[in-house]
Amino acid sequence: MLTYTLKRLLAAIPTLLIVITISFFLMRVAPGGPFDGERQLPPEIEANLKAAYHLDEPLPMQYLRYMGNLLQGDFGPSFKYKDFSVTELIAQGFPVSLEIGGLAMLLALLLGLPMGIIAAVRRNSAVDYAVMGTALAGIAVPNFVIAPILALVFGVLLAWLPAGGWNGGAWPNLVLPVIALSIQQIAYIARMMRASMIEVLGSHYIRTARAKGLSERQVIWRHAIRPALLPVTSYLGPAIAGIITGSVVIEQIFGIPGIGRYFVQAALNRDYTLVMGTVVFYGALIVLMNLLVDLLYSALDPQIRYDD
Amino acid sequence: MTTDTTPYSGYNMPAGGPHPPTEPDPEDGAVAGESLGRDAWRRLKQNKAAMVSLVVLIVIAATCLIGPYLLPWGLAEVDWNAFSTAPSLENGHFLGTDANGRDLLTRTLYGGRVSLSVAVVATFVSLVIGVLYGAISGYVGGRLDNVMMRFVDILYSLPFMFLVILLMVVFGRNIFLIYAAIGAVEWLDMARIVRGQTLALKQREFIEAAHALGVRDRKIVTRHLIPNAIGPVIVYVTLTVPKVILLESFLSFLGLGVQEPLTSWGVLISEGTDMMQSAPWLLLVPSVFLALTLFCLNFLGDGLRDALDPKTR
Repeated sequence: MLTYTLKRLLAAIPTLLIVITISFFLMRVAPGGPFDGERQLPPEIEANLKAAYHLDEPLPMQYLRYMGNLLQGDFGPSFKYKDFSVTELIAQGFPVSLEIGGLAMLLALLLGLPMGIIAAVRRNSAVDYAVMGTALAGIAVPNFVIAPILALVFGVLLAWLPAGGWNGGAWPNLVLPVIALSIQQIAYIARMMRASMIEVLGSHYIRTARAKGLSERQVIWRHAIRPALLPVTSYLGPAIAGIITGSVVIEQIFGIPGIGRYFVQAALNRDYTLVMGTVVFYGALIVLMNLLVDLLYSALDPQIRYDD
Repeated sequence: MTTDTTPYSGYNMPAGGPHPPTEPDPEDGAVAGESLGRDAWRRLKQNKAAMVSLVVLIVIAATCLIGPYLLPWGLAEVDWNAFSTAPSLENGHFLGTDANGRDLLTRTLYGGRVSLSVAVVATFVSLVIGVLYGAISGYVGGRLDNVMMRFVDILYSLPFMFLVILLMVVFGRNIFLIYAAIGAVEWLDMARIVRGQTLALKQREFIEAAHALGVRDRKIVTRHLIPNAIGPVIVYVTLTVPKVILLESFLSFLGLGVQEPLTSWGVLISEGTDMMQSAPWLLLVPSVFLALTLFCLNFLGDGLRDALDPKTR
């Protein structure tokens, strides 16, 4: 298991390198620079600024310099948010995004798994259709459509919850963003769980368990659920990536000071270092999450062992 | 009855000569053959939800194509008498206007053209790339397959969303770039599926026979492997199309989609979100169109999957 983990981590490095390199060169290719849009700077001052940030060096040199800094954990300063370094910005924003994303994932599992199980056990009944209909709504309606509607209904019309803002993480402010972020994943997880439960419930050993006289509850909880969880577990990786992506929009809609909104704003502002920092950070996060999910997968299914 | 000395003299030849071969009569006891496509279509027709969805989708597509020609308003035409008016029948703006006085129904239909065209073209791009890549990788096998699939694995773990956003920022918001970028994101799954299919089909006898007959590799891939792998590919295409529409709407919502004066459902939803409290129809109309289209695509995809699944035949 340990060797597998180490091997995976090693394999992740070229992936990250590719991400970093592509992002770096793409950003530099972009027309415009980080100092446009402000007052027209006199050319000497602009030249000085560029020299200070090493933007006047040839690109490969800038690349090497950036990689060197990166290995020391230095993402560089942010061009737009003048007093902050990228590391500080990410450190400020990540806990917020983590809280919302983590809660959303938790909610997705807590709601999605039981929905799928119930729908599978009571297959083709009214419950099944109701659950699957809700799930379909969750898939078909994008979260950037649901989020403003939720904000409108619960925040403005009914005024039960604040329509936006972070407020230091007070729990009323958490409710709407977390729900909006989790809806799509609830739907996917419910559908997958239902499909895999149905398949597991049709297998031979379940039939044996029933023939032995076990109660239906025992059959489901002790024998059916664990194997049925496997496909859902392998979906968890993309699910987490989906939550991360969704957070970009949700944070913008609800005004949450997380990393997601930095990303889009920085890209539009040509804030090179911040964009790079965010992309690298997300890339590393997704790779790490995929690894954790694979380890979890092997823990759930005794037949899958990664040791050679 | 004609007298004839042929070996078939005991056979009553029908007047007018022998008929051309017809399909065997089911009452004969012989089985009438049915092609895969026809079988799938018949089973699909039995799925009411899928059929209704298909009809609705065709209606939506037709409306988006033809509708703008039937409506009096242009895409960017400003009606100076009607800024942010609610839907009404009297003033001719059936679904209301936006803050700039542009008719919402017309813009939604034009937006539908863009969203649907992105869906079709980007899916087609990903289809072509993915099928070729997967078929070649699966058929050649061995080292090449290994290398190609490692490449796919590496690409899989890239945070594509962010790279697409970067692309849009760097190269400007060009609709052809959107086609290409979204297509480039989705081909990975297609390649994997086709490769899996190819690996399974490679072992079958008819491929061996084609080999033995001396058919060139390229012909085997194009004329024998790909047509037989089509089933899951079609299913995956119907699953990809909603993903593509969502991705394009997502980009447009962030302001990185199509450029003015083109519009898409994502752009309209984004505009509607800003005006949500004062003019809710601006949010609701494109949302309903988008949600309805995605619903129907999902039902259709599920129906196709059931129709093409060999296990439930």
